[in-house]
Amino acid sequence: MALGGSASTALGLRAPRALTEGPGARRAGRAARVVVCLIVVAVFVLPLWSMIATALSSGTSRLGQMQLIPQDFGLGNVETAWREGMGKGLFNSAVMEVFGLSLQLAVSSMAAYALARKRFRGAAAVMVLIMATMMMPDEVIAIPLYLIIGKIPQPFGGGTLLNSYGGLILPLVGWALPIYILTAFMRQIPLELEEAARVDGAGDVWIFLRIIVPLCKPALATCAVFGFLMIWDQYLLPLLVVQSPSLDPLTVVVTSLQSSEELGDGVKLAAATILMVPSVLFYLCLQRLFERGMLSGSLKG
Amino acid sequence: MTTETRAPAPTRTVAAPRRGRGRRALVPWLYLAPALLFFAVFRFWPTAWGIYLSLYKVRPYLGNQWVGADNFVRALHDPALRSAVWHTVVDALATVVGSAVAGFALALLLEGPARLLKLFRTAVFLPVVVSMVAIAELWSSLLFPGRYGAANSVLHLAGVGPLPFLSSPHSALVSVILVQVWKSAPYDMIIFVAGLAGIDRELYEAASLDGAGLLQRLRYVTLPALRPTTTVVLTLGVIRGMRVFTEIYVLTNGGPNGASQTVVPYDYLQATTNNDIGYAAAISTLFLLITVALTLLVQRWRGRRES
Repeated sequence: MALGGSASTALGLRAPRALTEGPGARRAGRAARVVVCLIVVAVFVLPLWSMIATALSSGTSRLGQMQLIPQDFGLGNVETAWREGMGKGLFNSAVMEVFGLSLQLAVSSMAAYALARKRFRGAAAVMVLIMATMMMPDEVIAIPLYLIIGKIPQPFGGGTLLNSYGGLILPLVGWALPIYILTAFMRQIPLELEEAARVDGAGDVWIFLRIIVPLCKPALATCAVFGFLMIWDQYLLPLLVVQSPSLDPLTVVVTSLQSSEELGDGVKLAAATILMVPSVLFYLCLQRLFERGMLSGSLKG
Repeated sequence: MTTETRAPAPTRTVAAPRRGRGRRALVPWLYLAPALLFFAVFRFWPTAWGIYLSLYKVRPYLGNQWVGADNFVRALHDPALRSAVWHTVVDALATVVGSAVAGFALALLLEGPARLLKLFRTAVFLPVVVSMVAIAELWSSLLFPGRYGAANSVLHLAGVGPLPFLSSPHSALVSVILVQVWKSAPYDMIIFVAGLAGIDRELYEAASLDGAGLLQRLRYVTLPALRPTTTVVLTLGVIRGMRVFTEIYVLTNGGPNGASQTVVPYDYLQATTNNDIGYAAAISTLFLLITVALTLLVQRWRGRRES
């Protein structure tokens, strides 16, 4: 901040050279750095790009052969993948997102409201209990969770939650991260706002819905981004809970599409591309939210 | 007193009217109820149920049979589990250390306020947000062992290869680790970039005026400034990294011949293919105890260092 000029490139590691050498050497150094940067960017971007390019090639390619430029550009792979269950997978993932994410946000903001704005006996214990789930890996409880889902009856109709949307969605609703983020955020809201409304005769529900929730929009957006990815990336849970392929989310569909000698990797990679696109768009549109949330999450461990 | 209350005191609540005391006390619990219900049913019950099942031989239709610690004794003597544990530790450590080193290098290279650098950082960050399933499928194609596989074509330009990558027991785990580092190094980069931005630039100036070279500045200015936040993040990262499932399951399925098997996929295998739920539950329980114990240790260590 203090030195906005040349010293602020790369850590100031370059500053002394800039002090001792002439402008020509500096320009050469900068050019070299850009070249190195481009190589590094290629290492991270080209694989993703080659996935798209291979998916959009309709020319017959051998197993394991990737393209950097689509060969005989065409949507044949996408169509085949769509027929093989990708459309259904996309639909199922969308259903999980719509219901799972809205339930997750609603339940978390209610809990956060109680934890941040009310003083009551047992608040600390509840907080510890919820935060404790952060260190219990989901993967560890996956198998008993699957057994328990098999015990819970469907709210409507017969059978259990096994092999149903309920079994796919309900286990994802209770998540410590959004409760943590929202509680921290709600604690910052000045009490005066609430007091003024209370003097005017407003009840808890009104205050929660009309004052607290609207003020929490930035935090809710952060939670929505993380919740979206958390639900979108689910893999182990659907592997266990779903028994008929018609309920598989996109992740499971992608891994069930096999590469074959005739089709090459194109069909599988077409499905993987469709799986990739929403997350990438989400990130590119909401980048600032993303990085802020990530840092606050990571620094807290 | 009235002037004191102007600063927001987060935990203090609005004074409740006296007559509604009982109902008031109930209000927070009404707001907490849905969350507690979901946590109870889908988190705590499975955890308890897993511990319970670990003491039984689970037999569908026949009723469970109490076996005491048998499942645990078996786990301690299971050579396949032992090698899975070993792979898990190696994988978690190597991934976290590799990502931190690569992420630090990326941060040094790409840190700065210039718009071009920001664009580069955005591009490099992309693998972090992409679903692990997509990444794993992508790399299982890129790492095709034949000469015309993408990775081998690149290596061929350098006169190396072709390498077997995932198809050889000697290189399968290393290949998985490389894929994981590729996916998570940019995440570390962002953390380091934020850390680097917080360092007072004048420290570099002062150090270089004192005659410190590039490496010395890195050693005595940059690293000490970054240390407090990063060590804890990294240690917790190792513990979290031990949960690895998707990468292993999709890329190698633990193979070839168990050479890249880790704990969670092995556990899944016991519960599904081998249909041995009690044994799987015992492995889960041990794994849970170890991760919780390690996390608490790290947190205590952090608490002690901060005080």
